[in-house]
Amino acid sequence: MWEYSEKVKQHFFDPKNAGAVVDANAVGDVGSLSCGDALRLTLKVNPESERIDEAGFQTFGCGSAIASSSALTELIKGLTLDEALKIDNQDIADFLDGLPPEKMHCSVMGQEALEAAVANYRGEEIVDDHEEGALICKCFAVDDIKVRETVRKHQLSSVEDVTNYTKAGGACSSCHEAIEHILEEELSALGQAFKPAPIAKRKAAANVVQIQDMQVETGESYAPKKKAKLSNLQRMKLVEKTLEGIRPTLQRDHGDVELIEIDGKHINVSLKGACTSCQLADDTLSGLQKALIDALGELVELHVLSEKQQHNLGGL
Amino acid sequence: MNDIYMDNNATTMVAPEVLECMLPFFCEQYGNASSMHSFGNKVGMALREARQQLQTLLGAEHDSEVIFTSCGTESDSTAILSALRAQPDRKEIITTEVEHPAILNLCNNLELQGYTVHYLKVDKQGCLDLKAYKSLLSERVALVSVMWANNETGNVYPVETMAAMAEAANVMFHTDAVQAAGKLPINLANSSIHMLSLSGHKLHAPKGIGVLYLKRGTRFRPLLRGGHQERGRRAGTENTASIVALGKAAELALAHMAYENSVVSKLRDKLEQGILQAVPNCFVTGNTLKRLPNTTSIAFEFIEGEALLLLLNKQGIAASSGSACTSGSLEPSHVMKAMGIPLTAAHGTLRFSLSRYNTEEEVDRVIAAVPGIVQRLRSLSPYWSEGVQSGDAEFAPIYA
Ligand code: FES
Repeated sequence: MWEYSEKVKQHFFDPKNAGAVVDANAVGDVGSLSCGDALRLTLKVNPESERIDEAGFQTFGCGSAIASSSALTELIKGLTLDEALKIDNQDIADFLDGLPPEKMHCSVMGQEALEAAVANYRGEEIVDDHEEGALICKCFAVDDIKVRETVRKHQLSSVEDVTNYTKAGGACSSCHEAIEHILEEELSALGQAFKPAPIAKRKAAANVVQIQDMQVETGESYAPKKKAKLSNLQRMKLVEKTLEGIRPTLQRDHGDVELIEIDGKHINVSLKGACTSCQLADDTLSGLQKALIDALGELVELHVLSEKQQHNLGGL
Repeated sequence: MNDIYMDNNATTMVAPEVLECMLPFFCEQYGNASSMHSFGNKVGMALREARQQLQTLLGAEHDSEVIFTSCGTESDSTAILSALRAQPDRKEIITTEVEHPAILNLCNNLELQGYTVHYLKVDKQGCLDLKAYKSLLSERVALVSVMWANNETGNVYPVETMAAMAEAANVMFHTDAVQAAGKLPINLANSSIHMLSLSGHKLHAPKGIGVLYLKRGTRFRPLLRGGHQERGRRAGTENTASIVALGKAAELALAHMAYENSVVSKLRDKLEQGILQAVPNCFVTGNTLKRLPNTTSIAFEFIEGEALLLLLNKQGIAASSGSACTSGSLEPSHVMKAMGIPLTAAHGTLRFSLSRYNTEEEVDRVIAAVPGIVQRLRSLSPYWSEGVQSGDAEFAPIYA
């Protein structure tokens, strides 16, 4: 059985706003019996303010479909239609303290039902291109149709490409075999053969400088498989360059990272701006640490120094 | 109040007698059965006894026809791959649409490797068409693999007849008897079945132990090569405690078979009737005349299985669903699809599978619990409206 969060269980066992709203002036129907889940969202929208006064749902679906529908109605009650449209499936999942990867499609259904209901209220026609393919990547809820379309559109030829374009395959890797089959079929339709990569490449974070880049700089060869021992200077440069590669991403979110010192396998940094208070700092750090390990080809530990620690260091 | 376990086709409780007899093999009798010293010898003797207990359960002619494996899946894979390797000029397999994934996924994969797999269709009751089967038998076929009983519906297939037909056409026959072993009488000595798979944890032995029966004289290629264990047919140090446990479980299964087929099957019938009478718009899937004594699969229209399971679980009742939603796909199970169960009902199937440990009081409690749960979910469902019941599709989703 799924590991549902307490919040999901709450909303499943005791759903809010279950049933159709009487005198609803907006209805959004998505899904179908053949898809295996369906949701009807009914809203009572105040015509003056365009505020959602009441929201109700009816769901044919699993536990998380019921919980997602309940969460959706709670999230949108009281919002204007424009505000409500800003809610996406991730908000629904977050509201529920997360959904298992295989169940993310339930939150997508919520978002779609909302869009359908708003379109219905506004008398707009919504073109629905929703097709239900077999789920290929459970971690990122990517289906067969999406993978095929992306492969064709961008003429992809490797699992890695597919991951880069669709995210499918970017986590647990258990869908790689299925992705390879799609590639095989799509390529053979073009008269080409699919050549799988002989070994799995280590996944490096985006923007991270690869060892190969160092070859150019130092004129030395560092084959990634047989990592030659780096001199201290080379090692430091590589750490710096790896951090440099990641900084723009952090800066975009109004944060930053600065290298303080390298002490053997301990790499000390300080976080700046938004990163210091960000709840995701742990994720940022483990991402950084992984990028450094990938780049250096050795196990290193990343530490964040507090202001006081930095001060003490300076005093040495 | 105790929780009620009615998911015995998924796995079973280890019988207390079985647990008791396996424990010494973890501490006192830890010898390697292949060793020459007395530590090993004693264990070797216990293995021989277990092999004979399995021989008796299966009605096999020789105890050497019993090969211990790690599970039903390993036995299935060994059987199919062995048949293909032993007969390299035969490139076809016959199986059914309703097999367990242990067979289906392997066959799908073999298709990618260039083999042709014929999947026999089933009718609305889940029954096979033997004429269609006969027409497929030829010297191109390396193996027929048909389950003895279906895990979802409990349907029992005429494997002995089918094996005889295969033999007449000079084709090897394997059966996945994971659900049947221990519940139905089996007599392999008098059958044309060449290979049979069973799994310990479905008959009150622990998980991680299985058997492949291999009729003497059948051409064979081992899956695991290495040491000379199991006469070189399955290398790897024997899982002695579990083997001994399975032997005991086989003995107990035989002793309780009459009880399973009388008392347990009556309990199952009571449960089924109780639910059918109390809940509108539901029906039993599969062939009720030829099925396992412990299984019933009931389809409830307009609701989805996982939600049913979660609410049952809240009331301390463990069952299982024929909706594959639990696997992340939104499709109803391949068995329900193969039988053509309408989508309005295929998503909402519940399977109750009993064991000799279930009681009448438990059955009564389940009968009391189910109607309320079904009603509650139907009240949430957009399809459960007068409109749909009277055939007027009031609910019109945009991408139906
Ligand atoms: S299923 Fe985990 S990465 Fe695709």
